[in-house]
Amino acid sequence: MARIRTKKVAPQTIGNSKKRGFFQNMRLYKEYYIMLIPGLLFFLIFCYGPMYGLVIAFQEYYPLKGISGSKWVGFQHFADLFSNPFFLSVLKNTIIISLYKLLICFPAPIILCLALNEIKSMKFKKVAQSISYLPHFVSWVVVSGIIIEFLSPSRGPINILLQNLGLEPIFFVADSRYFRGVLVLSDLWKTIGWGSIVYLAAVTAVDPALYEAAEMDGAGRIQKIIHVTLPALLPIITVMLIMQSGKILNDSFEQVYNFLTPTTYSVGDVISTFVYRMGIQKMQYSFTTAVDLFKNIISFALVMLTNYVARKTNDYALW
Amino acid sequence: MKEMKVKRNKKRSAEDWLVDGLSYGLVLILMISICLPFMQVITISMSPASVVNANGFHLIPTEFDFSGYVEIASDENFWHSYLVTIARTIVGTAAGVIVTMLTAYPLARTNLPYRKGLMMFVVFTMYFSGGMIPKYLLIKQLGLTNNFLVYILPCLITGFALIITRNFFMGLPPALEESAKIDGASNLTVLFKIYLPLSTPVVATIALWYCVQHWNSWMDNMLYVTKNSLYVLQYVLQTILSNGQTADMEAVSEVIVHTETMKMAALILALLPIVCTYPFLQKYFVKGMIVGSVKG
Repeated sequence: MARIRTKKVAPQTIGNSKKRGFFQNMRLYKEYYIMLIPGLLFFLIFCYGPMYGLVIAFQEYYPLKGISGSKWVGFQHFADLFSNPFFLSVLKNTIIISLYKLLICFPAPIILCLALNEIKSMKFKKVAQSISYLPHFVSWVVVSGIIIEFLSPSRGPINILLQNLGLEPIFFVADSRYFRGVLVLSDLWKTIGWGSIVYLAAVTAVDPALYEAAEMDGAGRIQKIIHVTLPALLPIITVMLIMQSGKILNDSFEQVYNFLTPTTYSVGDVISTFVYRMGIQKMQYSFTTAVDLFKNIISFALVMLTNYVARKTNDYALW
Repeated sequence: MKEMKVKRNKKRSAEDWLVDGLSYGLVLILMISICLPFMQVITISMSPASVVNANGFHLIPTEFDFSGYVEIASDENFWHSYLVTIARTIVGTAAGVIVTMLTAYPLARTNLPYRKGLMMFVVFTMYFSGGMIPKYLLIKQLGLTNNFLVYILPCLITGFALIITRNFFMGLPPALEESAKIDGASNLTVLFKIYLPLSTPVVATIALWYCVQHWNSWMDNMLYVTKNSLYVLQYVLQTILSNGQTADMEAVSEVIVHTETMKMAALILALLPIVCTYPFLQKYFVKGMIVGSVKG
């Protein structure tokens, strides 16, 4: 350590950055800002670029004329939204499917977590966790392929059981009565194991002394679940519930697109699949951008609101 | 240990039976309902057509016939898409990890001017997006359609991975950087020679995230690519599953009709790499999930 280089002064030793001008800051921290360039350019181009493109929702956009050459129409497309019968049915489908998912796919991982927590055999628990996490890593293309095969009217076990009972086989995936059920249950199949991780982490953080104290007071296993485990989970459950309800307009394109067929449009067509069909395939760029913008603004407001509520009720928040 | 023994010997109460029965029962039902569809797909992929078309359950193979695999293996479209997917996964993951680390390093410095604003710039993108159509038009204008780069650039990094990496870097002692700087190291040297070896858990986590994301991706193919030679695996699989034939834009003369066994064999082949790397995936994904659920 004989020679210390003095060429570069470590910036942290230099006073308050607010007192310096923009250019002086840039010069002092030059290396850091150069490192930021690729990442920030990515966000600027591929995240903020499309946001600028949202202005076409207020235009009659023609690709050849571009954004600067297209005619402005103000809120015309938004007015059209609510007189468009397809849009209203799509909005209804989106909300109904989200509500079903909230009702079934939200509590399921909590119940799974409670059940796993009661299992004493570590080996069994580990195998169960490994199996239940697997579908999370599989794409919706593969999952839908697997589920459609499983529900097939001629080869699926459920339909074979129905046939053995003397009932007619049901084409679940193409039947508008069962389609939403297929969406909800396939989502459950894919997400239940993975969703339980967050709760299991909260359970392992519980102080074992609490269980011992409860036992001293004569609590049985059910009482321990109700009075120790559940209260420990309650904060995270509240937060997850609030956040989940903020996502009520966020449908899963990757899921729905892989299951949807024209016979089930009436019950299963959601905002994103509608935007894809009308926008990309029928090239109604401005109208579908208005649909997306409408959805994004409401979603954003809901997420902000629910995040605010989550922060008020609890220390836990998104940031 | 003694106490445990005593408890074991104690007679199980009705409550014990109820709780154990319910929890083991529930978990068993879940395990079976996750396994059954997989078993059916595996069985059909390796059964002869006569068995597949016969009535009855197809959960355990009774007769073996691997012609489905042989046929899908001779389908050039399928193999080509497999190679494209491997290429995009390797390039995309490497690029993603490098850019994530480069971006996370300055943002981890608490005294970087405008740091808060820059973080807001990143976080905002996680909650608001332009949507499908403006992004499609942008990518068209940038000339990225039918270009391999469309698989890499528009999904280069994610805000979530960036924040997790930044949080990990913030947990490293600042003295590391300071002492290296005094010895004349540049920021890049600090990042790749000192930070990288210390942050293998988080780097492995985000690398696997990007890997799975690239392997499973098909929407960018569907939206931005019409050239046959650039198709990715999941998209080809989707066309195989839904149409029963590979989409062949150029030569329609010979259309391959896919039988059920072939479809399922293709599905298994697309699934195989995920299953093979599953032990790593599980380990690091769970870690990342728990790190990520802690306040960002």
